[in-house]
Amino acid sequence: MDRSSLSSRSVQWAFLALAAGAWYLATATGSVSRLFLPPPREVFTALVALVQTNAFWSAVLVTASTVAKAYVLALIIGILAGYLVSRSKLAVATIEPVISGLFTIPITLFFPMFILFFGVGTGSKVAYGATYAFFPIALNTIAAFANMEQRYLLAAQSMGGNRWQIFRYVLMPGALPVLFTGLRIGFFICLASVLGGETISSVAGVGRNIALTAELMEPGRMFAWISFVVCMSVVLNLLAFSFENRIRAR
Amino acid sequence: MQNNQDKIAISIRNVTQRFGDASQPDSVLALDNVSLDIKKGEFVCLLGPSGCGKSTLLNVVGGLFKPTSGTATVEGRLVDGKPHPDKIAFVFQESTLFPWYTVIENFHIALKFQGIPKAEWDDRAMAALRAVGMASFARHYPDQLSVGMRQRVNMARGICVKTDILLMDEPFAALDEQTRMVLGEDLSQLLAETGKTIVFVTHSLAEAVFLSDRIAVFTARPGKIKTIIDVDTPHPRSPDFMLEPKFSELRNECYALLRDEIRATMALQRDPQAV
Repeated sequence: MDRSSLSSRSVQWAFLALAAGAWYLATATGSVSRLFLPPPREVFTALVALVQTNAFWSAVLVTASTVAKAYVLALIIGILAGYLVSRSKLAVATIEPVISGLFTIPITLFFPMFILFFGVGTGSKVAYGATYAFFPIALNTIAAFANMEQRYLLAAQSMGGNRWQIFRYVLMPGALPVLFTGLRIGFFICLASVLGGETISSVAGVGRNIALTAELMEPGRMFAWISFVVCMSVVLNLLAFSFENRIRAR
Repeated sequence: MQNNQDKIAISIRNVTQRFGDASQPDSVLALDNVSLDIKKGEFVCLLGPSGCGKSTLLNVVGGLFKPTSGTATVEGRLVDGKPHPDKIAFVFQESTLFPWYTVIENFHIALKFQGIPKAEWDDRAMAALRAVGMASFARHYPDQLSVGMRQRVNMARGICVKTDILLMDEPFAALDEQTRMVLGEDLSQLLAETGKTIVFVTHSLAEAVFLSDRIAVFTARPGKIKTIIDVDTPHPRSPDFMLEPKFSELRNECYALLRDEIRATMALQRDPQAV
């Protein structure tokens, strides 16, 4: 790690420490009601108690499988659609603006429709998460394949590479970095959509439990759920970034 | 005569290339009935004003596209709009080293595409890299090299595939003049060693005279061959060749031939309809 990334890393840690310190101070001095923000210790105790229950793990399982289903759907449809569009200049010029235009619409507004069509169970959350994640994945796939520099393809062709070889050794590795950025953004949008959907209307899952504990005025447990989600997101994000850097370094 | 026939490496017959539909006003006639024979082991430069169709002719010979009419034959085989990687290698203007592979991996990919057995990859790649003095950069990524070094490697990749014919499309155009001269010397040296047939597109007069056995001077669009100039000096040529009176005479001759064509091209750029 060089010096500049070392110093930016220490600023990031300092910021984290500052936020934790502010949380502790605000609750310790009693300047914030513990109904809104319980002290860190209480949240920690609630979290320890929570992870020992079966209800916790079954909720996590529901959310995880919903996210997985939604993401796999978005991945397949997004990459396939993006790749097909990228194969023709005309299709890129016509369809790409439509996809990026649709992506600016807050799809959240259509969430009640998802509930109407797919019910209050996990089906509506899968569809909702997949729809939201489709856009960044498709858009980045188009960008990755359509912006491939022509001279590389011409060179590969002149060397006698067949269609499959050119796809495998030129098109694919050239597109991978941009493609993967789309996959990462798509994943976190998918995660956020599923959790958000569960919070608004559902019968099970992590989001449902966060909404429930809020209604029951149990801030300790609510923040325990939230801190669990935050920790998971941080871990997943770090994993995605290190994977992405490995691809870029190739 | 019989003997001469055997020695023809590339035969271009009445090649015409039109882009777009002839009935449309915006269609462009890039090449107009061009014929040229290139002997085995010969270094021929296609020299002309920009946009005269010289790169187009190179791409027709290389099989990257099919001409509107006419034929290109390479070692007796009709090119017909398909690349013939066993016979022809290309070196392009900008480096086409794939940035996601190291230098050596770039060579491996080229050799793999050509269907050369894996066991030979390393030997061939390293021999070509040594020939251009880049052997110690085999594990570098193209981004880690300077523009000149990259083009050196790019040239070596064209050489390592061991085709008899090398088509070079302004390979030194992006380089500064000093690097360009050094690479030109290297190329003259390599040429003498390998005996490859080279067709080289350029718009640099000095480069054309320094490298060529023959120079095909093109007219402005639509491109035709105006004259062919013989440069009767054996390879490898040393930089001293540039100091000889013959060098400047030939250079001036080329310039006199090109002047009118360059003016015509400039007029065309001001008003594309004025043909």
